[in-house]
Amino acid sequence: MIELREVRRVYSPGGTPVRALDGVSIEIASGEFVAIRGQSGSGKTTMMNTIGLLDRPTSGEYLFAGRPVSALSSDARARLRGRAFGFVFQSYNLLPRLPALEQVELPLLYQGARDRRRRAAGALARVGLAGRARHRPTELSGGEQQRVAIARALVADPLVLLADEPTGALDTATGRDVMELLKELVSERGLTIVLVTHEAEVAAYAGRSVLMRDGRIVEDSGAVPAARAGAGAAGEPGA
Amino acid sequence: MSLWDALRVAVGAIVSNRLRSALTSLGLIIGVSSVIVLIAVGQGTQKGVTDRIRGLGTDLLFIESSVAALTSQTGGLGGLAESTLSQSDAEAIRAAAIPGVSAVAPLVTVEAQAVAGANNVGAEIVGTSSEYARVRDLEIRSGSFLTPLHDEGGALVAVLGAHVAETLYPAAEALGQELRLSFAGGRITLAFAVTGVIEEQGGASEVDDQVFVSTAGIASRLRFLRAPTGDLRATQIDVRAAGGADETRLKEQLSELLLFLHETPEPDFVIHSQDDLIDAATEVSNTLSLLLGSVAGISLLVGGIGVMNIMLVSVTERTREIGIRRAVGATSGDIVTQFVIEALTLCLVGGVVGIASGVGISLLLDGRELGGQAMTTLIQPWSIAAAFLVAAGVGLASGSYPAYRATEIDPIAALRNE
Repeated sequence: MIELREVRRVYSPGGTPVRALDGVSIEIASGEFVAIRGQSGSGKTTMMNTIGLLDRPTSGEYLFAGRPVSALSSDARARLRGRAFGFVFQSYNLLPRLPALEQVELPLLYQGARDRRRRAAGALARVGLAGRARHRPTELSGGEQQRVAIARALVADPLVLLADEPTGALDTATGRDVMELLKELVSERGLTIVLVTHEAEVAAYAGRSVLMRDGRIVEDSGAVPAARAGAGAAGEPGA
Repeated sequence: MSLWDALRVAVGAIVSNRLRSALTSLGLIIGVSSVIVLIAVGQGTQKGVTDRIRGLGTDLLFIESSVAALTSQTGGLGGLAESTLSQSDAEAIRAAAIPGVSAVAPLVTVEAQAVAGANNVGAEIVGTSSEYARVRDLEIRSGSFLTPLHDEGGALVAVLGAHVAETLYPAAEALGQELRLSFAGGRITLAFAVTGVIEEQGGASEVDDQVFVSTAGIASRLRFLRAPTGDLRATQIDVRAAGGADETRLKEQLSELLLFLHETPEPDFVIHSQDDLIDAATEVSNTLSLLLGSVAGISLLVGGIGVMNIMLVSVTERTREIGIRRAVGATSGDIVTQFVIEALTLCLVGGVVGIASGVGISLLLDGRELGGQAMTTLIQPWSIAAAFLVAAGVGLASGSYPAYRATEIDPIAALRNE
C-alpha cells in the first residue's frame, strides 16, 4: 500500500539545512497498524506528512498503491489526499465555528460527494456522537472533539488513517477510549493506520512499531514479509 | 466543490463575523450610495437650471451689451452706465419689421428698496414696456400688466412679482396700494401705484422677485437712465421669435442691424438664444456632476481597499482553517473560490444595500429646501448599474489577491500553527 524508498526531506528555514528525513525506506501493507515512535525532532511527523501527501520529499520515491505519487501536481495530490487519507491530529484541528456534523461533512464537500448529510451522520454515530451533531467544538470535551476528528477522517472511506499523537492532549482514560476506538476501526474496515506517538502505551496498540532517530528508521519490529523478500520490487501487491 | 457549496461556506464565514462583515460592507455601502446620490443631485441640478431657462418662455433671444455683461456683476448702476444698448435700438428693431420677430421689449434694470407701509424689501426694478408681457408670456394674477397707455404717458405704475407682492402686502390685496421705491441709495424716492400682480412663476424664476415699471414713467425722473447723448439706456433687449422662425438667421439679422445702428465694425453686444443659455448651463452642471461623481468614486475605491484589507487579515487569521481544509482534500482552486466568493458576497451585499440607500436618500432629498433653494434629484439608472458593476469588480479584485495568498500557505505550517 505504502512504499517509501530512500526518501529525504531537507528544510532550510534559516539557511542551515535540516534533514528531517534522511533516507527513509519503509513498506506498509494494507490493514497494518503501525506506530512510529521517536523523540521530537526525530522526523516522525515529517514522515507522516509525507505519507499523507501534505509534504513532498526532497529526493527519493514514494509509491502509493504501486503508483509513484511524488511527482503529482498539487491538485492531484489534494484530490488523492481527500479520497485515500484521513488525518487525526493531536490538537484535533476542527474548524472553530462549524457544528460537529458539518466538520465531518467537510471531506465529502471537497469531493463533491452525494448524500453528504447521511454519511456524515453515520460516521458521527459510529464514533458514538450521534447526539452531538449540532454542537460546536467549544461545546465538546477533548475526547469528544477527537472523536469528531476521527469521524471526519473516516467519513470518506479512506484507505489509510494517519494519526499524529492522537491522545497527546487527552487524559489517560479518554486516550485509552480513543485508542480502543481506532483499534476497532482497523479490525472492522481493514483500515491501514499509521500512528505517530512517543508514548509506549499507545504504541502497544499497534501491530508494528517503528522507531525513528535523526530522520532515520533505527528499529522496525515487523517489516512485512513481502518487503523483506523483494527489496526494490515495484510490484508490491497494494490494496 | 460546487459553487453553491462554496457560497454556503462563504456566507457561513461572513455571518460568523457579523460586526466585521457589516463594517467592511459599510465602506462599500457608503461608496455606492454616494455615487448614486451625488450623480442624482448633479443631474437634478442640471434639470432644475434647464427648466428655469425653458421657463423664461420659448423662442427667446436676449440682446445684452457686451460691456455691461462684464460689469453688471457689480450691481447698481455699474452695468447700466456702461451699457451700449438703448431704447432706440429696440425701437429700430421693431421698426425694421424683421420677419420672424413677434415681440420686442427693452429692459432697464435698477436696484431699489421697495417700501410699503412697515414692510420693505430690496428688489430688482425693471423698466420696460407693455410688450414685455407678450415677450415673456406672463400671466397676470390680478390687475393688468403695463398697458400701451403707460408706454406713452409718464404715469408711475408698478406691476409686482408674486414674491414681492407677498412680502410687501402680506395681509391685504396689493392692487391699488401705494408702493415707494427708493433709488440710488435713498437719494431719490418715488411713489408708484400698484396696478398688477404677476402670477407666481415658481422654479426660482427671477420674475417673482422683480417689480416692473413703465420706462416712460421713470425716464423723466431718473436722470441717470440717460446716456450723454440723451438716449435712454437699456440693459437688455428681449426679442421673441415667431414660432418656427430660424433662430440662427434671426440672430444674424439682429446683429447686422445693431452693428449698423451702433456704427461699429465689432459688435459691442451679445445675442443669446435660450439654447445658448441651456448649453452653457449644461456644460457647467456636467462639470459639477463629473466632480461630484469623482468624489463619490474615490469613496467607492476607499471602500474597496477596505474590503481587500479585511480579506488579507482574514486569510492570515484563518491560516489554520486553510491548513485543515487542505488536509481534508481542498485543492488550491477550492481555496481561491472560497475567498473570492467571500469577498464578492461582501461586496455584492454592500452594493445592493448601497443602491437601496442611495435611491432612498435621493428620493428623500428630492424637493427638499437646501440653502433656500429647492433641491431636485434625478436618479440615473446608469449610475445604479455602474455602481453595482464597480462593487462586483471591487469584490473580484479585492478577493483575488488575498485568495492567491491563501493558496501560498503551507498546510503543514498551518496545521502546526496553534
